[in-house]
Amino acid sequence: MVEFSVWQILGNLLLAARWTVALSLIAFAGGGTVGLALLVARLRGGPGVGTAVSAYVQVFQGTPLLIQLFLAYFGLGLFGINVSPWIAAGGALTLYASAYLAEIWRGCVDAIPRGQWEAADSLALSFGEKLRHVVAPQALRIAVAPTVGFLVQVIKGTALASIIGFVELTKTGTMITNATFRPFAVYACVALMYFALCWPVSAFSKRLERKMRRDR
Amino acid sequence: MIQLDFAAVLADWPLLLRGAALTLALTAIATLLGLALGIACARARTHGAAPVRVLAAAYVELIRNTPFIVQLFFVFFGLPSLGVRLSSETASIIAMTLNLGAYAAEIVRAGIDATPRGQLEAALSLAMTERQVFLKVVLPPALGRVWPAMVSQIVIVMLGSAVCGQIAAQELSYSANLIMSRNFRSFEANLVAAGLYLAMAVLLRQFLAWIGPRCLFGRAAPARS
Repeated sequence: MVEFSVWQILGNLLLAARWTVALSLIAFAGGGTVGLALLVARLRGGPGVGTAVSAYVQVFQGTPLLIQLFLAYFGLGLFGINVSPWIAAGGALTLYASAYLAEIWRGCVDAIPRGQWEAADSLALSFGEKLRHVVAPQALRIAVAPTVGFLVQVIKGTALASIIGFVELTKTGTMITNATFRPFAVYACVALMYFALCWPVSAFSKRLERKMRRDR
Repeated sequence: MIQLDFAAVLADWPLLLRGAALTLALTAIATLLGLALGIACARARTHGAAPVRVLAAAYVELIRNTPFIVQLFFVFFGLPSLGVRLSSETASIIAMTLNLGAYAAEIVRAGIDATPRGQLEAALSLAMTERQVFLKVVLPPALGRVWPAMVSQIVIVMLGSAVCGQIAAQELSYSANLIMSRNFRSFEANLVAAGLYLAMAVLLRQFLAWIGPRCLFGRAAPARS
């Protein structure tokens, strides 16, 4: 039994929260990149691409993130790669985020009236020009609020990385609990830290949403 | 070359089946309790007195902005130090219910907010009490309006219950863990579990979409949008 003051517990958790933030940012940036690629592939079309992308989305939205993390962790091991929790967690969360973001952004692109595409076609814009000058500026405006909202989902998702041995906020909480035998106080602190991370993001997303509705 | 051996995993099919059954049972109980809690909270936030409103809002925000696994650990490891001892299944149900309740409250509230004023006025002009108005006029169509979102949320809670294996609730992911600790086929065991979860998610979604209009809000409600 180790004696920890509440301040020491909070200090240690605060240090661990850095890794939660880092992992969230990696997953969000990676997921955004892959999600954008999926979205463009889907818009561009081609035989089977749409079906393949929606199957991808279905699989990642229809299975638990925990199992996805296990599969990344053990699956990479099968190839003889020495898997660090960073790679397994970063990779799995990236794919998870990409599926959700691709779906969210597809909704935003679908919300743009068909006439806009047709007008762009009639101006003989190339696919890239259509996206850059016509679709993206309009879709981005709608996409900001739900995308920021999804960031909260990613931050909460990183908590599961603790189970494959990634030492972030939740794992540190478990370790401190094992040393101090004060689960009530420690997990309450952990929950408050997550709340402090997520709530401002949620509130910001809600404000963006209200603002967008007003601007219409 | 990588050799995958699914036979070793599938040989343990009774274990997988039992795990899947417990996952569905936990989800069913948490769905019923969570829906009730969510409706109560939504009513508290739209019709309650000021302190009740604040309390309900705090609960919803607190749950929605913390990970499920931390809520589960808090219930399972934290509450016993207050003298409440819980089995892992009970703790799972409590955590899942609290989690779904908060999301359901927001979803139901959106449905309630979309009630046309004229319907409220019509109901009041028939001398219905406020309670009758809520239960008979406001709630059923409100649930109908938001049912697709609710179905998605229930599926998310079902998938989230995979974490309950970490506190030794013997649901599907626990079965997969047990199998891989026996034969070290960790990738295959998790792949099979993922396939089962995917099938359960698809079936649960269809079942809920089917049963909602029949049991909760009647066919007259605008179930299809």
